[in-house]
Amino acid sequence: MPDILEINHVCKRFSQNGSIVEALRDINLNVEEGNFVSIIGVSGCGKSTLLRIIGGLETDYEGSVTFDGMPVTAPSRKKGFVFQDHRLLPWLTIEDNIRFSLPEEQEDRESIIRESIRMVGLEGFESAYPKQISGGMSQRVSIARALSNDPKILLLDEPFGSLDAITKINLQDELLNIWKRESITMILVTHDIDEAIYLGNSVVVMTPRPGTIKRVENIDLGEPKKRTGPIFSRYREIIYREFFTEANSPFIYNL
Amino acid sequence: MAYEPGMDLAGGGRAGRLRGLSGKLPAWLLYFTLPIILLLVWKGADMLGYIKPYTMPSPEKVAATAIELVRNGKLVKHIVASMERVLEGFFIALVSALALGVGIGLSKRVDIFTTLVLQILRPIPPIAWIPMAILWLGIGETSKVFIIFLGAFFPILVNVVDGISGIDAKYFELASVYEIPRKKLILRVILPGATPSIMTGVRVGLGNAWVCVVAAEMIAAVSGVGYMLSDGRSLSRPDIVILGMLVVGFVGKVMDDLVKWVRAKVLVWA
Ligand SMILES: Nc1ncnc2c1ncn2[C@@H]1O[C@H](COP(=O)(O)OP(=O)(O)O)[C@@H](O)[C@H]1O
Ligand SMILES: [Mg+2]
Repeated sequence: MPDILEINHVCKRFSQNGSIVEALRDINLNVEEGNFVSIIGVSGCGKSTLLRIIGGLETDYEGSVTFDGMPVTAPSRKKGFVFQDHRLLPWLTIEDNIRFSLPEEQEDRESIIRESIRMVGLEGFESAYPKQISGGMSQRVSIARALSNDPKILLLDEPFGSLDAITKINLQDELLNIWKRESITMILVTHDIDEAIYLGNSVVVMTPRPGTIKRVENIDLGEPKKRTGPIFSRYREIIYREFFTEANSPFIYNL
Repeated sequence: MAYEPGMDLAGGGRAGRLRGLSGKLPAWLLYFTLPIILLLVWKGADMLGYIKPYTMPSPEKVAATAIELVRNGKLVKHIVASMERVLEGFFIALVSALALGVGIGLSKRVDIFTTLVLQILRPIPPIAWIPMAILWLGIGETSKVFIIFLGAFFPILVNVVDGISGIDAKYFELASVYEIPRKKLILRVILPGATPSIMTGVRVGLGNAWVCVVAAEMIAAVSGVGYMLSDGRSLSRPDIVILGMLVVGFVGKVMDDLVKWVRAKVLVWA
């Protein structure tokens, strides 16, 4: 498969009341079409900034980002974005939130809406308002909304960050199923090591201040993927080592 | 806060401390207690001769006048005349304040272009416009509708602008991801997002409009509740004046209740 995304020498600085924060330094990353890339790093290491640059939400940076052979200059429906806060419009029903995201001239608009609601298992909640459904359901709608626009890439910024463990596992499996079925390229930002390994077929480890890519690890958990067992543990060990040196490894204290 | 059926007046907080005093009264009775006390004080003062009939009529005199004016249709005629003016002025104000407010809310340049004039016009009480309104527009309907328009326009405008600037930028970012065109952005994001604030503006604006119609009619009109008040004064009929005041208050309350009801319907999502 060709590379759908090419990130070359991306640097990003924020100036905040006089002081300058170097959020990203010399980021280089290529993503092959159809891949699932997890980006993991501590909070504040620039994960969201990088994802927003890829999505075209942040345009003031150095370096170049090419998506599908074209430089990224603005957000677009082809680059689906799932925000951590689900970002449903509170004044629109579930159904209307999805309808809102589709162009007026879209063919088969109603059947697309019905199909995407069915895909995330929310039949019966079409006319509920966001405040009436749970956080997990809201994030489902947000994913359905992005997918209904038939994106070539889906960018997810800690989509399950605020969900309880069980809901999180369910949604991770649903996302994995969608990825296998639709073969959309996905980039998921997370601070959860297990999530990064379980979902991604490659894990990008970032370090903070300035945000750089420290390591890219290809993951092969076999089929079907398992969240436990020796293969998973080995990957987890590798990623752990990137965050915790021997001296401050949490394992030491457990002994 | 006004009493609404189902409200728990004996609940916690300040209402809780009232319990010792009124705990035995059901809420609906408590709601009517103060008006009844005031009526009894009024009647008592009348019976004890503290008030002179030519400055302050007795309650039953006002009631009799009310019945008479309802029977001959004059009261309803005056209320309808005032309401028509209010609704006309209010809707012109609503539409123009929405249009200008969206313009200001969306464009820094429109904001800068209009702000000085608006800031200077806003503190001028609508009633201060009455002399100029009569000079320019005569004593017909137009001048009164103009005064009402002024009374409703500024509260709505201010709240539309506030409401739009209060919309979380994250929704505009969302709209950019889905390439939402400008017209759809206004209809689906900006207006609904500003609606809680717009409803506050509508409530204050309609209240102001009602105050303004009475003031305008007291100065130049031959119908309406404001005219009823000034007519009562020139006829030396304090009963008509008191009745007029009560009607102004009562209609104002009902209109406010109506706005609150509409607001609850419009903001089911909030
Ligand atoms: N809009 C902004 N203005 C100023 N600084 C910002 C802004 N957005 C992010 N930053 C800074 O850039 C760094 C990376 O932020 P972010 O990309 O949000 O990290 P992460 O998503 O990994 O938690 C942080 O130090 C943050 O404070
Ligand atoms: Mg982040």
